Order: sequence, then C-alpha cells, then structure tokens
Amino acid sequence: MTTTRRDFLKTTALAATGLTLGVFLPEAAEQAQAAGTIHTPNAWVHIADDNTITLISARSEMGQGVYTSMPMLIAEELGVDLRKVKVEIAPVNAVYTNALLGAQITGGSTSVRDAYEKLRIAGAQVRMMLVSAAAAQWQLDASQLHAADGKVTGPKGRSATYGQLAAAASLLPVPKDVVLKPAKEFTIVGKRTKRLETPHKVNGTAEYGIDVKLPGMVYASLEQCPVIGGKVVSFDAAKAKAMPGVVDVVQIPDGVAVVANSWWRAKKAREVLAIVWDEGPVSHIDNASMRDGIRKAADAPTPIKKTGDADAALKTAAKTLHAEYWSPLLAHATMEPQNFTADYRDGKCLVIGPAQFQQGTQGNVAGALGLKPEDVTVKTTFLGGGFGRRLEYDFAVQAAQISKAVGKPVKLLWTREDDTTHDFYRPMALHRMAGGLDAAGKPVALTFQLTSQSITQRLFGLPKGTLDPFMAEASVVGYDIPNMTQELIEHDSGLRVGYWRSVSHALNAFANESFIDEMAAAAGKDPYQYRLSLLEHQPRFAHVLKLAAEKSGWGKPLPAGHHRGIALMEGYDTYMAQVAEISVKDDTIRVHKVWVAADLGQMINPDTVEAQLESSIAFGLSAALGSEITLEKGQVQQTNFHNYPVVRMSDMPRIDVTLVPSTEKPGGIGEPATALIGPAVANALFAATGKRVRRIPLSPENIKAA
Amino acid sequence: MATSFTLNGKTVSVTTEPDTPLLWVIRDDIGLTGTKFGCGMALCGACTVHLDGTPIRSCQTPLSAVAGKKVATIESLSKDNTHPLQKAWIAHDVPQCGYCQSGQLMSAAALLHTNKNPSDTDIENAMSGNICRCGTYNRIRAAIHTAAAEMRKA
Repeated sequence: MTTTRRDFLKTTALAATGLTLGVFLPEAAEQAQAAGTIHTPNAWVHIADDNTITLISARSEMGQGVYTSMPMLIAEELGVDLRKVKVEIAPVNAVYTNALLGAQITGGSTSVRDAYEKLRIAGAQVRMMLVSAAAAQWQLDASQLHAADGKVTGPKGRSATYGQLAAAASLLPVPKDVVLKPAKEFTIVGKRTKRLETPHKVNGTAEYGIDVKLPGMVYASLEQCPVIGGKVVSFDAAKAKAMPGVVDVVQIPDGVAVVANSWWRAKKAREVLAIVWDEGPVSHIDNASMRDGIRKAADAPTPIKKTGDADAALKTAAKTLHAEYWSPLLAHATMEPQNFTADYRDGKCLVIGPAQFQQGTQGNVAGALGLKPEDVTVKTTFLGGGFGRRLEYDFAVQAAQISKAVGKPVKLLWTREDDTTHDFYRPMALHRMAGGLDAAGKPVALTFQLTSQSITQRLFGLPKGTLDPFMAEASVVGYDIPNMTQELIEHDSGLRVGYWRSVSHALNAFANESFIDEMAAAAGKDPYQYRLSLLEHQPRFAHVLKLAAEKSGWGKPLPAGHHRGIALMEGYDTYMAQVAEISVKDDTIRVHKVWVAADLGQMINPDTVEAQLESSIAFGLSAALGSEITLEKGQVQQTNFHNYPVVRMSDMPRIDVTLVPSTEKPGGIGEPATALIGPAVANALFAATGKRVRRIPLSPENIKAA
Repeated sequence: MATSFTLNGKTVSVTTEPDTPLLWVIRDDIGLTGTKFGCGMALCGACTVHLDGTPIRSCQTPLSAVAGKKVATIESLSKDNTHPLQKAWIAHDVPQCGYCQSGQLMSAAALLHTNKNPSDTDIENAMSGNICRCGTYNRIRAAIHTAAAEMRKA
C-alpha cells in the first residue's frame, strides 16, 4: 500500500477532526511548580525534593500493560528502580501525541512502537541533566559521575539523590544529543517484570471510571433510542420525576437522562419514562438487507484500491477455486460498561473516565458544550477493557451534556443492555477469493476482494472513496505467489461501526488463511508444508510457522477425535503463527490447546507479551465460536451475555507460547493473535469434518448449514 | 425503614429501598467500590460477594435478602494483599484490565473455603460463572492452585 497508517492519520484524520491540540503544561506539573516541591525536567519525569519519582504513561491502561511498559522504557535510561517510582496517566497535551496515530490515542498496538525510542531518550535526557547539575555543584566533569538507582555518585564518595539535584537540573537546557544504551546492556527492557498496578487490582482499590466520585455528584441513566441514531420526538417524565431520589429528567441529543441521588434510583425511574422516538434511517436495516447491500457492492465493484493483476494468470491456471467468506457484526463487550463522570461549571468542564482517545474526548466534549478544547480537562482512569470501544467518546459527551443540564457533577453509567445495543460495531464483511494452481498444485494466482465499511471514514471524516488503510491490514499474504490482486471496496451499510481489537486483520486473515488452506487441499498437500513451501524468501514468516508447527507436534498422531489447524499472519510488525487443536461433537467445537509462535522484535516485558497472546486468543475465540450481533428493523437483538456469549473458563484452551528472541524494532502485541485464532480453528474444523465453514462464527448453526 | 447487616465484619445499617440490589448499596450508599457492575443479570460474576460464606451475585440480590446476615466483599480479603489468593494473583500477574478480578477472587475464595485441593475441573466448575474479557482464565486457574497449596501448608 502506498499510504501507511502513520502518514495517513497524520495528514488526514487529525485535520479532519478539526481538533485543536492545545499546548499547555500538564496539570501535575502546574501544581508541582506552584508547590515548589516537584520538578519536571521534561514531560515524562517528575522528581520531588524527597526523591519521589513519578513517571508518566501517556497511554491508557486497559489491560495491555502500558502502566508498566512505558515506565520501563523511561527507567531503563533514567536509572531508577521501577519498584520505587510512582506512575501517573498523562493529561491531554500535544507532547503526548502518539506519532503513529497522530493524536493522543491508545490503540492500534502502537504504544510500544511509538514509545520505544522516545521514552528512552526522555529518560536519558533527564539523567544527563541530573548528572550535569551534580557536575556543576561538585565542580567535576560529568564523565566522572555515575547515575543509577535514583542517585548520582562521583569520586571521593560524593553522592546526591535525584531529588536533591532536580531543582538545579530542571533549569538546564534539555540535551539534544543523546546516546542510548545498546539492547545488550538493557537491565529493565526485555526482562520479565511484575506489573506495577497489580497490587491495586487484587484488593479493590484500582480506580475505574465507574468508581469516580466527586463532591455533590449525582447519577444518571440514559434512555437512548432502541434504534441507533433515532431521536426523541416527545417524552413524558411525570412518573419518573415522582420516583424516589430523582433529581431531574433532562433531554440531550442522544436521548432522555434520568438523574437521581443513586444510580439504581436513576435506572428504576428511567424504566417508567414514556418516550416517542423518531427511529431514523437505521430502522430500515436488518442483517439480510445489509448482506444484500454488501453483495451488490461486490458485484459491481468500484474499488478504492486495486493492486496487481492476477486475472490473466487465473485464466490459464490448471485448476481454479473460488470462495466467499462472511464475517458478522460484533460488539466489544468491555467488562466495564460505558461510563464517564462530568462536572460542568462556569464555562469549564472536567471529565473523568475510561478513554482511549483523550483529544477526541476533549475536542468533542468541548464542541458539544460550545467550549474551547482548553476549557475541557480530561482525566483518564483505569479502563475496564477497551478493545477499541473507548476510542469513541459518545458517553463522555453525554455525561458532559447531562452535567451542564442539571448544573451538578454527574456520573453517567450505561447498563450492559445499553452497552450491547449501542456499540460501534465491528463491520460486517464479505471476502471473495479466487485462486489458481498450476499442474503441480503450486499457486500461480490469488485474488483477494474485501467489501466492508470504513470505520475511519465515520470517526475521522475520511472523504468517501478514499482508501481507509485499516481495511488493507493483512490483506497481502506473505506467500510467494507470482500473481496477486488485492481489491478493497467500501460499502456504507448505514450502521455505525468501530475499531474492534485487531480491526481488519481479523476479517482479512480469516479469508486469506482459510483460503490458502483450501488451496493446499485442492493441491492435495499438507496445509503446513504447503505454506512453508511458499515462504522461501520470508524468513521471519517461515520461522514462526515452523516453531508453531514443531511445538504442536504437527504431523504426529493426536488423541482420537482431535484435529489441528494452522494459520499465519504479519500484523503490527509482528510475525505470528498459531496451531489450534480441536474436537467436534454435535457440530460444537471444543478448542483444547493453541500453540502460538511470535516474532515481535524487541520485547519490553515478555510476561506481558505472553499475557497479551493469551488474552487476544481468548478474545478472538469468542468471536470465532459464538458471538454475533444481528439487527431487526435496525434494533440490535443481543442485549447481555446470555445472547452475546463470550469465552468462559470452561471454554478456554491451554496456550503454549513461543517467543522469538530479537533486537529488531518492536512490533505490536495487543491485537494480532486475535486475528489468527479464527482461521486456525476453521482450518482445524475442516481437518476434523471435511467441512469448509466460510462464515464466522463457527457456531453449530453455521457448521450445520455449511 | 433501615436494613442492617454485617459487612466485612462490621454492622451497617442503611435506609435504602429494600428491593435495591445489594451491589448498589455496597458501592453507592456505603462507598466500597471494589465490587463491580458487569451485567446486572447474574451472568458475568463481576459483582460476586459472599453471603454467609456463600458466593452470590450482588447485582441480583435485593438488600432485603441480606438483612441480619454476613456479607463479605473483596475489601475483606486483605487490604495489604496478604491473603494467599491475592499473593498468588500477584505472583502469576493475573489481572490485565482487572475489572472482573474482584469477582474472580471472591469466587475463588469461596471455592477454597470448601475445597482445599481443587482439581482443574473443580476450578472450572466454580469459576465459569465469572467472565474475563481479557482472557486471564489460565492464570486464574494456576493462581488458585498456588493459593490452595499455600493454604494447605498453613
């Protein structure tokens, strides 16, 4: 692809949002300077006179471990004991922009990739400033001094804590030339490190958005139109207002909010609201009409991007095969339902809660209230899951509007039903694949066609017909196939869609990795050996494929009724292969074990890497086996975990992780494994039953129908 | 009308409507926020607390049902993370987003109360009512074994 995600979002997306990236000092620094006790040599390190050192994580902690991995990068060069530092989540500031995404965003498995050099430089700069301050004080040359464990030491037993040096160091210019340690000298980066926030997450003290409490705060429950995008025509709040504890009932653009002195009272009173809705255009959509629309767009394609030309090679191939794959709508289902707390007063607004996109939250709250972005303060709590749902800010805007309407601090909390029925869904997708084999079964042509909806267009106002680079993720396979075509078709189904863990990797890898399996079967070859034979020039692909196959005992006998499937992908600069071992009974799949091999370059915290692999596999497995969102007359039919099932402990496979040691530049690890478990299981299902199920989820219904 | 019960060893009395789910009494009226809201339908286990030692879903338990009884929340395990389960959760670095973990820990604590040496199947049976969207299940299982071993030694 000619446009990289990075370039694209830098140039297009941010400009399109119209956000102002206000430059002002982090509040912690403002307070610190006022108090005269904390010094901020740069935006990442705060040092107090008592040698309390606070490192800033500019990324939101939603389970992926940045609360530890970001400080690890700073600490590596700063020379502090990670066990002795404090960590704070950054406020909104341009200095904390994620260069890979062009804004202060946590997502796209970018945190480490963006931070790897930047935060080590930040740590090194502060260390050099502290050393320079000591050198000046002791009238020694900086080269004679040593910085480690929060102290600068020098000849003749000279020693000063960073806290003692911080005031002087903060006045020095920030050094421009910084030499970073080579990877082989790392003492923190790449070492298994206990997560810094775990102690707070095992005794109930970690603060999530739902736990925020402000003085005088009231609670809100919001009734939104059962059809997303519908508007209030009229409502009768008389009964609700008569309910115990109700403070007020207010209309905001998204619906009618009941505000009460406890959340339960607000929710109870909400149940007796009488609202007349204009359901709007989405009420004409259901699953069948969405599929028809997608199919029509695929039948008369107007591709936004077409590369290569495999058509001629397809025509002359000894054998050709064609297949269609469908991926359904999906909800994120974070464990913590959407919520935010807002306090609007005197033309300013404070919003506190779980956010993945701080500037989006700030800019859109400001826009909704008619304020300037700098009059909106965003504070980020721990996130009870993100998965892309909290890149949106609908709930933060709603909380701010309600607070303004009632003139009090408000905590808005959605129910699980609100959350499931008012998500920004992973878009439905159709893949049409065609492959050509020569007489020996070797692939000579592969055409890939994706028809789906652009999320980026909705969220960032991308002009219609412009390539959404996220749609292209993992569309190009690593296999050596001489003629390949990739065709991307945008079709707006009318339903709002959102980024969902691994975004299009999951859609595209399902089609690509199922289809290469189909080609192997058509060639009469073993699916592992067939893949491997096409990776002669792709050593990183080949290496992880071999590792996963070898660890899983590929080709060796299995217990009766057990079968294996394999899948391979590059995503987020990470190379990965998975083997799934399954059994099938009454068209129901049980996944017993998954082997995953990953080469993600330099790792920061290998234990977190393993945890993210386990996590992504569980997350992807929910989608592979049973989760699906359907619409009737525009209303989402699923409401809670009984009809939107997710993987539980009894469904969880054992996971065997193999990590490739490497000092290559880091790849992302929060998402890619999500995308591979679906095709690995689908391929195992084929091995088990001879049935090629081309529709996710691989549910008993879809297996029966295949 | 006031409802009294014992919460983490202390008697509490609240005037909240008796049909209010215990979860909201604990969180909003009493202010102990370690217990989480996940689904409101006893499907996910995030709100798990103990009622007279038995794990219950506080989102589906009305306040009236706990009158005069003993309720224990995550805050009762220990504040300083000295409970064997908390130590094991830290040793295995179980939590990711962490939101479900109070419920997971309380379900695990109830299991170990009645079964000092649970098998994998015992653990799966006891824990499958608790959803973790981060998929920390394998670490939870391992941590329960670790905690059980420590508790047997004690």
